[in-house]
Amino acid sequence: MGRKLLTEHINVEGIDTLEVYRKHGGYRSVEKALKTMTPDEVVEEVKKSGLRGRGGAGFPTGMKWSFLAKPEGVPRYLVCNADESEPGTFKDRQLMSKLPHLLIEGMITGSYALGANTSYIYIRGELLYVLRILEKAIAEAYAAGFLGKNILGSGYDLDLFVHPGGGAYICGEETALLESLEGKRGNPRNKPPFPAVQGLYARPTVVNNVESIAAVPVIVNEGGDEYAKIGVGRSTGTKLISACGHLNKPGIYEIELGLPVEEFIYSDEYCGGIWKGRELKAVVAGGSSVPILPKELILKTAAGENRLMTYESLSDGGFVTGTMLGSGGFIAMDETTCIVRNTWNFSRFYHHESCGQCSPCREGTGWMEKVLHRLEHGHGHMEDIDLLVSVAKQIEGNTICPLGEAAAWPVAAAVRHFRHEFEWHVTHAKEAAQPGAVYRANGVLV
Amino acid sequence: MESTATKPQFSEAAQAEIARICKQYPEERRKSAMLPVLHIAQAEFGGWVSPEVQDLVAEVLGVKPIEVYEVSSFYTMFNLKPVGKHVLEICRTGPCMLRGSDELTAQLERITGAKVGGPASEDGLFTLKEVECLAACGFAPIVQVREQYYEQLDTPEAVDAMLSELRNQVHRPALPWEETGLPNAVANN
Repeated sequence: MGRKLLTEHINVEGIDTLEVYRKHGGYRSVEKALKTMTPDEVVEEVKKSGLRGRGGAGFPTGMKWSFLAKPEGVPRYLVCNADESEPGTFKDRQLMSKLPHLLIEGMITGSYALGANTSYIYIRGELLYVLRILEKAIAEAYAAGFLGKNILGSGYDLDLFVHPGGGAYICGEETALLESLEGKRGNPRNKPPFPAVQGLYARPTVVNNVESIAAVPVIVNEGGDEYAKIGVGRSTGTKLISACGHLNKPGIYEIELGLPVEEFIYSDEYCGGIWKGRELKAVVAGGSSVPILPKELILKTAAGENRLMTYESLSDGGFVTGTMLGSGGFIAMDETTCIVRNTWNFSRFYHHESCGQCSPCREGTGWMEKVLHRLEHGHGHMEDIDLLVSVAKQIEGNTICPLGEAAAWPVAAAVRHFRHEFEWHVTHAKEAAQPGAVYRANGVLV
Repeated sequence: MESTATKPQFSEAAQAEIARICKQYPEERRKSAMLPVLHIAQAEFGGWVSPEVQDLVAEVLGVKPIEVYEVSSFYTMFNLKPVGKHVLEICRTGPCMLRGSDELTAQLERITGAKVGGPASEDGLFTLKEVECLAACGFAPIVQVREQYYEQLDTPEAVDAMLSELRNQVHRPALPWEETGLPNAVANN
């Protein structure tokens, strides 16, 4: 059984109240940091921990913090990205609604480290009920002296606010998020300037995912070196995995990085295997944007080694035979899943969520959706398959923000690993268009 | 243009909440309150934001009306047309599809008589809307109604329970700044 650094007390009754949270060691990191450490010492511990951004990109959090510009007399901000919208990912919702004080504690300690006196939690608008939970917890933290002026007599001031989005996946991209927080459409900004120099209100800003900020208290309490002892290589600490799709026990699991994928899927401690006694067909391991892998390649690398839940092991083989840990949105598909239909569904998502600023993404996502729709509905041509790959290639790298790549990768990967299934949709168009029709090497399952 | 319709006004409770929210941002950055104020407006005026309501939001924030229109049309949560008493937002994205969201949508269309993307059901009770990932994939399939998530709607019983709960809801649930929720509006298709 792995260690639970974030979720150990998640099921304790009343843990969403400050009193119970305090009883289980809550807010110790605030006391430790504000009373015994300088801000730079906190940043140093986060650097030593090896913590990597848990929103999907996996960029080292401590390094991101050290890039923050600190011009004299200019306010700077810490903004928490709680715009969780990557299909397959639902860990932050759970963490915030059950352990609101953990995020608040991380925000206070993190804001202190960065020298921010006002911080925001940008939460997706659909989660207004979680915003209410957070605001209630924040009011408790103010009353207890953990927020406001002169926190714990340290001379440090911090105000913390929660801001709702309005329903737009793109606002998970950090510059779109900042635009949205300024009351505008969520159109990503050109970089540079990076948010670390010109972010919210053109002031230096750090944007971090909920789970990254929630890891700060344990890093400060136990020390970065201790945190780094958990995990494998450059994948340190624990990670929340949102497991969904055709699993016996979908849900949120906190794992020590390094857990074998096979154990995660089949062990009763985790997902308990594939539902209805069926076979696993494919997995999207890190949220809908990352390449899909067939069963053989998700369980073992091309070299035949056991695939582990780490940044490095999942990406072993590059995009030819590997994928990414991403946000930890783990979508399992059983043998009855139609890959073409699923890819079409994801393409429709990206088309719907493209902000429309860059032509390759605005037009390309629409093309991919249309072509996949006709393949799925029995009107496709053989050339469509290469057309998909070609459109995907023309989006990739040609857009302001990574939504273009996020839309292109799943399509390219589905064709790469399941081309025969796309071809079957052309050669057996009528059968393929039947509801529930699925290609299988040995025949059709209707 | 002068309209004969009464100009919409926020309730006192909503005005106080808006004043609290505006204090969260720097004085000269009042526009930042755009999304939270639009959410309040939608809750206050029958589940959608009419052009008149959006003009009111512009006035409250001290911005031009176009600045509100361009935001309300970008974010999917804001309904720009009248809606039924309850808007059922059905998640249609991959993980929900794998657990039966297509079947759920068909079932809800059959029971309520409303169509996804169409006007409200004839009794004015339900508007059906398909939305993208609601970030609750492990509990799929999911429907969101206002601030409430209804999860694991993969049995007829679960769907019935949701619909009868909504049918019996005379007032929408109260928001933190309200003593009681407003009566549910009935769509005027």
